Amino acid sequence: MKVVEPIGSAAEPRRSLKTRKRQTLLMELAIAAGLGLLLLLIIPPLLNATGQGVRVNQLGRYLALAIAALGIDLIWGFTGMLSLGHGLFFALGGYALAMYLQLQLPPGQIPEFFGLYGVNELPAFWQPFYSFPFTLLAIWLVPLIVAALLGYLVFRNRIRGVYFSILTQAALIVFFNFFNGQQKLINGTNGLKTDTSTIFGVQASDPRAQMVFYSLSVLLLVGAYALCRWLTSGRLGRLLVAIRDDETRTRFSGYNPTWFKVFVFAVSAALAGIAGALYTVQSGIITPSSSLSTAFSIEMVIWVAVGGRATLVGAILGTLLVNFAKTLLSEKFPEVWLFFQGALFLSVVTVLPMGIVGWLREDGWNLLRSWLGRNRIETYPSLETDPEVEYERENIGN
Amino acid sequence: MSEKILEIENLIVQFGGFRAINDLSFSMDPGELRVVIGPNGAGKTTFMDVITGKTKPLSGNVRFKGRNILPYKEHEIAQMGIGRKFQTPRVYMKLTPRENLELSCTRQKNVVAALLNRSSAAERQTVGGLLETIGLETKADIPAELLSHGEKQRLEIGMLVAQSPDLLLVDEPVAGLTDEETEAVGDLLLALAESHSIMVIEHDMEFVRQIARNVTVLHQGSVLCEGTMDQVQTDPRVIEVYLGQQDDDH
Repeated sequence: MKVVEPIGSAAEPRRSLKTRKRQTLLMELAIAAGLGLLLLLIIPPLLNATGQGVRVNQLGRYLALAIAALGIDLIWGFTGMLSLGHGLFFALGGYALAMYLQLQLPPGQIPEFFGLYGVNELPAFWQPFYSFPFTLLAIWLVPLIVAALLGYLVFRNRIRGVYFSILTQAALIVFFNFFNGQQKLINGTNGLKTDTSTIFGVQASDPRAQMVFYSLSVLLLVGAYALCRWLTSGRLGRLLVAIRDDETRTRFSGYNPTWFKVFVFAVSAALAGIAGALYTVQSGIITPSSSLSTAFSIEMVIWVAVGGRATLVGAILGTLLVNFAKTLLSEKFPEVWLFFQGALFLSVVTVLPMGIVGWLREDGWNLLRSWLGRNRIETYPSLETDPEVEYERENIGN
Repeated sequence: MSEKILEIENLIVQFGGFRAINDLSFSMDPGELRVVIGPNGAGKTTFMDVITGKTKPLSGNVRFKGRNILPYKEHEIAQMGIGRKFQTPRVYMKLTPRENLELSCTRQKNVVAALLNRSSAAERQTVGGLLETIGLETKADIPAELLSHGEKQRLEIGMLVAQSPDLLLVDEPVAGLTDEETEAVGDLLLALAESHSIMVIEHDMEFVRQIARNVTVLHQGSVLCEGTMDQVQTDPRVIEVYLGQQDDDH
């Protein structure tokens, strides 16, 4: 019998695991950059050339929504906190930018709608939104601070699970009622329009401005993905999973889960705020019933569930898929969409509990390999590295 | 010994109208291996809950290395050096044994450190050594949910040691293990007792005999008696409330 070389020391497979990880990371980076460039440079001209120009705007809006979905995946998929009120943070970002755009007026004037309610003085909290840098900060910082405060109170008192979900929903309804009822402050139920305002001397609905918003959506989505990937890949990511699976245990390991949860909740709210701003300028209006409705917040969760929890890519994919399905179906059969959405959610929960990407990673991969006739069932690593077994596999054949 | 590692005086824990712990006083010397036994409902697990900060008592004192630990929260007490192993193995199922150990091993347990610090060479070495001690080297990189019950028990003891606590609280470490695994866990605990103070709660009398030096018997929330295994076994009160009762069960 041929002498079998022993497999190297314990350090060696560890290192190869590391280089393999780095290789997949580099590959992922390349794919993300490639997809970003595709969305940025190739798809818009292609759609315009084929007379589908309106789809560019839709795609831009859905890419913006995907940023919010990434945030949901961060807190729900990884940390196990199901927020049913993320529309709140989305709206805060959207309203911040809309207020800035509303204020793009000749000096001395205030937005038109104030006149309808007999308001002659600009409310004080509008004042800072004359400043563009302040607005840029407010878009993500206001949701972040609100989420951090809310999160601190909730998580410090160890409210979690269903109670957390109900609480976020309640917070959403409070904000909805406030935004909906305060005509004199923010035009109530009519919302704020952005398409007739000018930004840097260009009307916001102008194709050139829209192209800038589209490109920003692509770039910020790639950035948000990279951020989430970074947050979830290291020790923090593993701790988030640990908190999801057994929060009490993490306390006895010496971790205080409160701060970790506050942190991801705040990050996720900031992402929702950015998404809200980008979505608002591309749809031309933000209203309480579009951004603060409970249905919209629940839809965000559905996108992530369809794409696959704790996968990040799944959140983006699910958002695009569900929203384009919604658009295309409601164009053709306006009555059917809601039934379809219900059916989609039911079928995902029952047939693909891991979502599309989760299924691809678990079963789809094995299925593909068995179709290609390359099925190889893994056994325990000790067997895999057993030199005798390796030798038999190589020389005697299966 | 100059200073007790754990000192508990007149502890009372009440849930509603029920007194789970009733005027309990208890102390442990540094380096001691103590086994706490008692029939079901004697308050053993509640006792551990109080020491680790999970349950706050109605009155009484709990001092760890001379310091009152009652005002602190679970994670703060854990950082002071009290580690706890739960009755059922509680490991992070979706993480690998290596990742489980790394999370417990690291000294910096705040958000910023988790985000920025990479595990140091010393930590990786500790984790590698621990994997060897608990015999999970070959399964170090598969999800912990795929491990057997006994392997999970060993992994959790490993996580406990990774925290390098001064006092280990171990709740029924051999429940559901085979005789062979029970003995392995016993040997592991005896080895750990060389450098740690350990308190073990246990039902399995065979196992208690294997590891016990000093035994404390709890009954109805207070200490019934204390002593060596032989002393305890011959105490008529113990035979009445615990050993006698268990013989009836069999």
